[in-house]
Amino acid sequence: MTAELPHLVCPAGSLPALRAAVDHGADAVYLGFRNDTNARNFAGLNFDEKALREGVRYAHDRRREVFLAINTYPQPGRVATWRAAVDEALALGADALILADLGLLAYARERHPEARLHLSVQGSATNHEAVNFCHREFGIRRAVLPRVLTLAQVAQVARQTPVEIEVFGFGSLCVMNEGRCWLSSYATGESPNTVGACSPARFVRWEQKPGALQARLNGILIDAFADGEPAGYPTLCKGRYEVGGSIEYAFEEPTSLNVLPMLPDIVRAGVRAIKVEGRQRSPAYVARVTRVLREAIDSLKAGLDGFTVRPAWADALAGVSEGRHVTLGAYSRPWR
Amino acid sequence: MSVKIALGPLLFAWPRQEVLDLYARVGADPRVDVVYLGEAVCSRRQQVRASDWLDLARDLTGAGKEVVLSSQALLESEGDLKILRRLADSGLTVEANDLGAVGLVARTVPFVCGPHLNIYNEATLAYYADLGAVRWVPPLEGSRALIEGLHGSRPAGLETEVFAFGKLPLAFSARCFTARHYGLGKDDCEFRCFDHPEGILLRTREGQPFLTVNGIQTLSAQTHSLLSHVADLAAMGVEAIRISPQPHRLDDVIAGFDAARRGQAAVEARTWAPLGLCDGYWDGRAGIALAARQAPAEGSPQGR
Repeated sequence: MTAELPHLVCPAGSLPALRAAVDHGADAVYLGFRNDTNARNFAGLNFDEKALREGVRYAHDRRREVFLAINTYPQPGRVATWRAAVDEALALGADALILADLGLLAYARERHPEARLHLSVQGSATNHEAVNFCHREFGIRRAVLPRVLTLAQVAQVARQTPVEIEVFGFGSLCVMNEGRCWLSSYATGESPNTVGACSPARFVRWEQKPGALQARLNGILIDAFADGEPAGYPTLCKGRYEVGGSIEYAFEEPTSLNVLPMLPDIVRAGVRAIKVEGRQRSPAYVARVTRVLREAIDSLKAGLDGFTVRPAWADALAGVSEGRHVTLGAYSRPWR
Repeated sequence: MSVKIALGPLLFAWPRQEVLDLYARVGADPRVDVVYLGEAVCSRRQQVRASDWLDLARDLTGAGKEVVLSSQALLESEGDLKILRRLADSGLTVEANDLGAVGLVARTVPFVCGPHLNIYNEATLAYYADLGAVRWVPPLEGSRALIEGLHGSRPAGLETEVFAFGKLPLAFSARCFTARHYGLGKDDCEFRCFDHPEGILLRTREGQPFLTVNGIQTLSAQTHSLLSHVADLAAMGVEAIRISPQPHRLDDVIAGFDAARRGQAAVEARTWAPLGLCDGYWDGRAGIALAARQAPAEGSPQGR
């Protein structure tokens, strides 16, 4: 018996990125409106109505799907804005909505009973009881699991739910359970849950001091880089701090998640879709990562057992990895 | 009726006897109205077992306390779910901090929506009330405006409880950062958490206290305090204020909040929070920020 191969879901922060994803083999693209209803609310990114119309046409003409992420938490007194985003996304032809807020899921279910609803990673479902609860309540058809589970745990969830399971396959690594991390607002007042951005760029300040480049977030020193040391964006959980007298990456080194080496195991775990992170990344990044993952997934048609990571794939992905290092993340037990 | 004082779940790993001593004191303390019991952070911390928590629940209920069983915020394994089912079957009120927990108690057991359920708007709050929630705790990053707005919109019978004092639990991970600091695997952690009754301090590279590592949980280094806003919360009609247990001066903290809820002037003593206070979330600012205070008196809230 051949296992069903997972779909490839790729990020589109812009129309060119959407075309890149579709042209290089994505089965679906995910994107968001240009406002705080989506969790990648970065300046200059995302879709207005006109761009979305065009993107949907481009994807549908090529028999690919478009998922709309409306996955921040509606803020008090502004629920109508998020509901309008749900209505508009469906009116413009989105194939599925990616939602996190329970009130919004309930609204979508009631108002648009035929709509395909996915539980966003921001919804923080880490076990089958959580996924099945959202299935019973809202009829969700797919859940995106946080990047905190081992592959064995992913398999356990997949076995015990009728809901399709989607996992992250490549991109930046959140080490915290998504949707339940307030580190960003503790330092800046703004968080992914409220404004749709972590460690927002407007709070970043670089200061060149003798012998060191300091990276600050709202005045708080996140890291300092010696001359010649590569300097990364000061994302809170990837900074270096002093713990018990030593300076260390207390949470995580700046690395990228890359599941390529364990692709057959992901299929065996019953995963139905693999997601690429990076709506904030360039069309060139999207094109390269999509192409590699497409080739890798297609190579599984010859059977799961003979799978090997081709050197060209590894090279292509290493070139776009944060910190130029890759990790299997939580999926691999030793990481823990 | 005055605002209730709730003692939140113990977030740190304390030796069994110290946990039992804590709740023996709490049981005899007439100022504490509500007590949250249970291991809310890591299932490997089993010095106090599920059966012990249920025994404590019985004792504290007998002592006149309203008891709530807290569930873990991050539920990953079958073992985690097994403990959760036992809590849900106990007949006691459960604090749900995860959608899996909500799924087990919805429409069957009265439950409290913990601060990690992400209730940011009126519609979601009303939805949880329909599921049978009897109380809710706003997200810790929620401002006064969010708390006041949602509290004002709450369906009848739903109580609001505000996290009013303690290091803020800000994030959860699959990774154990305490084990990582010691170069150990999570499954082979040697229970180093027990060496750190208030977590491990994390400073920036220029020495500013910033965060606290507590196993898979990350908290603020500073202590969030709404002591100076208790009158405001009471005027809003908030039903309960939560104090998060800490190893030092807990009795003084409870005394301070008890004074504040009875309308007496109260100021935090420096000894309550040696690494400093914060309250920025209240004004919608960075959580680490602190509004100006009158100089704290040493010792007690009344400058005794």
